[in-house]
Amino acid sequence: MRAARIIPCLDVDGGRVVKGINFLGIRDAGDPVELAARYDAQGADELVFLDITASSDKRDTTVAMAQAVADEVFIPFTIGGGIRSLDDARKLLRAGADKVSINTAALRRPELIREISHEFGAQCCVVAIDAHSSTTAPSGYEVFSHGGRTRTGVDCMQWVSEAERLGAGEILLTSMDRDGTKQGFDLSLTSKVTSAVSIPVIASGGVGKLDHLVEGVTVGGADAVLAASIFHYGEHTISEAKQHLAQAGVVTRPADLGGGG
Amino acid sequence: MNRSVPNTPQDTPKGPLVAIIDYGIGNLHSAQKGFQRAGARALLTSDRGLIRDADAVVLPGVGAFASCMAALRRTGLDEVSLEAIDSQRPFMGICVGMQMLFAESEETAGVSGLGVFKESVRWLPETVKRPQMQWNVLQRRRSHQMLEGLQDPIWVYFVHSLSPDMNFDHEDVVATCQYGATVVAAVARRNVWAAQFHPEKSSRVGLQILANFVQAAAQYDTADHAAAVH
Repeated sequence: MRAARIIPCLDVDGGRVVKGINFLGIRDAGDPVELAARYDAQGADELVFLDITASSDKRDTTVAMAQAVADEVFIPFTIGGGIRSLDDARKLLRAGADKVSINTAALRRPELIREISHEFGAQCCVVAIDAHSSTTAPSGYEVFSHGGRTRTGVDCMQWVSEAERLGAGEILLTSMDRDGTKQGFDLSLTSKVTSAVSIPVIASGGVGKLDHLVEGVTVGGADAVLAASIFHYGEHTISEAKQHLAQAGVVTRPADLGGGG
Repeated sequence: MNRSVPNTPQDTPKGPLVAIIDYGIGNLHSAQKGFQRAGARALLTSDRGLIRDADAVVLPGVGAFASCMAALRRTGLDEVSLEAIDSQRPFMGICVGMQMLFAESEETAGVSGLGVFKESVRWLPETVKRPQMQWNVLQRRRSHQMLEGLQDPIWVYFVHSLSPDMNFDHEDVVATCQYGATVVAAVARRNVWAAQFHPEKSSRVGLQILANFVQAAAQYDTADHAAAVH
């Protein structure tokens, strides 16, 4: 059985969750542990923390955050953003992150994928790809680095295949065209990537309503769907998302698990 | 019992001592925290004395079978693991820690496992994505303390590309899942429990499984003390 995963994505800066988190009933919306626990209770299958910390002296607080989350929340979580080296990855994984997501550093030096995969196992090596439609790239999509600010000239499909060959365990695929638009995933991009690789693909970018999550799985072929704002602003709970997917015939782990204990 | 246990203040002050074998691989932090949450004094340790003194022992594992076996052998903790199993104390293998209890793995030919179970570990079917990286439902194959207190359907988190090559009606198989085929998800024989999934990453369901193991450790602890009195 394949069960689609629903993954809320949280932006963190200096170990605190930032940018538009608006849950009712949370006193301090910046506390990553409290937010992670809330999403766990709602039935989130995994969590992604995207570290947007610009200064390197605050990176250690992200390691401390990973440890604090791992102390309290018993679902898998990924940390991405600013990971430049095997040592960066090691610190986060040792602190309790289950996976690290690499992007710019992997584009600069693709061997980093192989190194992380070899050292810690492919299962913890997520390659994040920010793809933008392009008239020059052969596949119609070009990869951008540095949080979407820098064109690389690299063709998306070529990079996806290379990442898999080097040992990536999973692809986190963000459509820059759709990110923040609430128009839904770029399903053409998503299905191109999911049919090109045999590793799991997380679709990201553009979710504005629950039907978009369904499309990401049924049309795009994604193994997991990632969203931020529809969950953070309380528009929908994870439970509602899962019920919606179930009604559309997509298998997910139900949110209302007693589970004993 | 004379034990020198380096507890930190947030650790559970009481409860059975669960030694999580630290042989230099991967992220063991969440396993330790999970067992603590489940009521154990849980330690990450490579100290043979502590492992011998513990009420129960856990063998974790992530990544490749061959590199995990190499690390276990290099540290001499393969012998310590076998000794713990022979001692009849509760013992749990998790993920690659489960696979290492078998004779060998198709992942790397020529590398022997611990051979507690005589079967081999095989690749998941080619018709499905590998690794299986998702939550999936356990099918109970026989009654066992591992899954006590859980209501079906039991959803747990898997990350693996291989699994033991055993028929689902084998007497040691506790649970299976469906992933391209019927896949062995949990086995047990006498004091040895093993899970292909990650209970420490399976939210409340997983914590219940860990609590069941801690309960078994507590029962052993009690029996141990009773024996000592005699």
